[in-house]
Amino acid sequence: MTILILAEHDGNQLSPSVQQAVTAAQFWNSSVHVLIAGNGSDAINQQAASIQGVERVISSTAKHLEHPLAEDVANLIVSISDDYEVILAAHSSFSRNALPRVAALLDVEMISDVLNINGNNTYVRAIYAGNILTTIQSTDTVQVLTIHGSKFTAASLGNNAKIISIETPAAYDKARWLSEVRSQSDRPALNSAKVVISGGRSLGSAERFEQVLSPLASKLGAALGATRAAVDAGFASNDIQVGQTGVVVAPELYIAIGVSGAVQHTYGMKDSRIVVAINQDPDAPIFQVADYGLVADLFEAVPALTAAI
Amino acid sequence: MKILLAVKRVVDYNIKVRIKPDGSNVDIDGVKMGINPFDENAIEEALRLKEQGVATEIVAVSLGTSANQDVLRHSLAMGVDRAILLETDADLQPLRVAKLLKAIVTREQPDLIILGKQAIDDDAGQTGQMLAALLNYPQGTFASTLEVNVNEVKVTREVDGGTETIALALPAVITADLRLNDPRFVKLPNLMMARKKPIETINASELGIDLAPSLKLLQVNEPAARKVGIKVGSVKELLEKLRTHEGILV
Repeated sequence: MTILILAEHDGNQLSPSVQQAVTAAQFWNSSVHVLIAGNGSDAINQQAASIQGVERVISSTAKHLEHPLAEDVANLIVSISDDYEVILAAHSSFSRNALPRVAALLDVEMISDVLNINGNNTYVRAIYAGNILTTIQSTDTVQVLTIHGSKFTAASLGNNAKIISIETPAAYDKARWLSEVRSQSDRPALNSAKVVISGGRSLGSAERFEQVLSPLASKLGAALGATRAAVDAGFASNDIQVGQTGVVVAPELYIAIGVSGAVQHTYGMKDSRIVVAINQDPDAPIFQVADYGLVADLFEAVPALTAAI
Repeated sequence: MKILLAVKRVVDYNIKVRIKPDGSNVDIDGVKMGINPFDENAIEEALRLKEQGVATEIVAVSLGTSANQDVLRHSLAMGVDRAILLETDADLQPLRVAKLLKAIVTREQPDLIILGKQAIDDDAGQTGQMLAALLNYPQGTFASTLEVNVNEVKVTREVDGGTETIALALPAVITADLRLNDPRFVKLPNLMMARKKPIETINASELGIDLAPSLKLLQVNEPAARKVGIKVGSVKELLEKLRTHEGILV
């Protein structure tokens, strides 16, 4: 049996989550192939080939894959799916878009955001915003799944897997890519940062969100995150929302500032190694998931913390 | 232009779900239910398209038992024109839902199908993409803005690290993100009127689709709680703990 990993990349760099997907794939103790769909980046192929545990990199190159659409990615995977019993990817907006389409074309159910892989096609995944864990067993002939990246350690580098090119199916003619807006930031990427500082609605305004959190983030080399309440209130942009419907993070240090701790939010950060919470409300649920809680006015405590580091 | 909406009945988002005493499943007997929040965004967007003169008819469909009439009444009260209940007591998984919806699409021939991007009960986030695949329609998932032109819909999508804009030929499938709009509140008189509107009921078994689930639920558990932390009295103490106990920020 062989396992296919759908790799995510931005045209220049392979996503670090591919290394986590490779670790997850090792469970089956079988050959692991990594699919790179793009417009011909040798560097990305080489990065995938260097991951320990990868037997082969499958490179699919076409102009229309420069910004890969779910329709094209799905058709590509289905064109080679006969060779695979497991098709997996790290859970992200890219894989969430493409893999359900693959599963439907293969007439199988898909298992989203798997936390743990057990034997006999059995998986653990969360429902109800992480409040409940389910163990489910698939009876489908092909397993299509996304894995919860932070639950799997990154496979190490130093391999030199074979890279082969395959024919790419014709472009899907009913969808066109037009443009993208990438958030410009000098800060590290939220989903791979070692330190994440998140702000909640208590920050009060977009200006204060930036004024209070930025100096601390700069000092710690941290990424900034936000709760859904803060995003909905317009204090922070959508793409830095941490939680069930946003980004899931698992940094070394997570500092929650003025965050109440709704389950929607804690789902996205509770795998962090150390959680610090600063909140004026001693009963805020965030303190139940914090290793170190400080009940204080954030507008005094955060500048004091920044000054003291 | 005709729009089809799929609405799901789920446990109210404010409720913390518990496990049945025998551990076989979650216990939702007698728990407050409501419409999936993302599906409300889908309804709101369809209503706005109708108010702009783009859409002419909006049809909502829900899958499940007769209890699902409440989310259909809610949809009608918001302003949806017609409601269909696809009645079944089967434990429906996303691919089966997509197959049932496909049957409705074949019958209704909508130009645009809008669903919520995920349901807040199973958090799978698959049905829209699966439906698009089965119909060989283009898909615009996690939509935060929609713009319908003659035979095309332009969709801005919320993706990791930013947004992406794509154009889809109609008919197309859209899944709504929370940022798409702020759903309107339902006015009481509208709710009263919606009670009198007919809901067409179709027995799902008549559609000839195998609904037997291929994912078997073996077990449900509460996740392990994080170990209980401590409260510190000051910024100074916080830093001291992080430095001496955790060896960070040194």
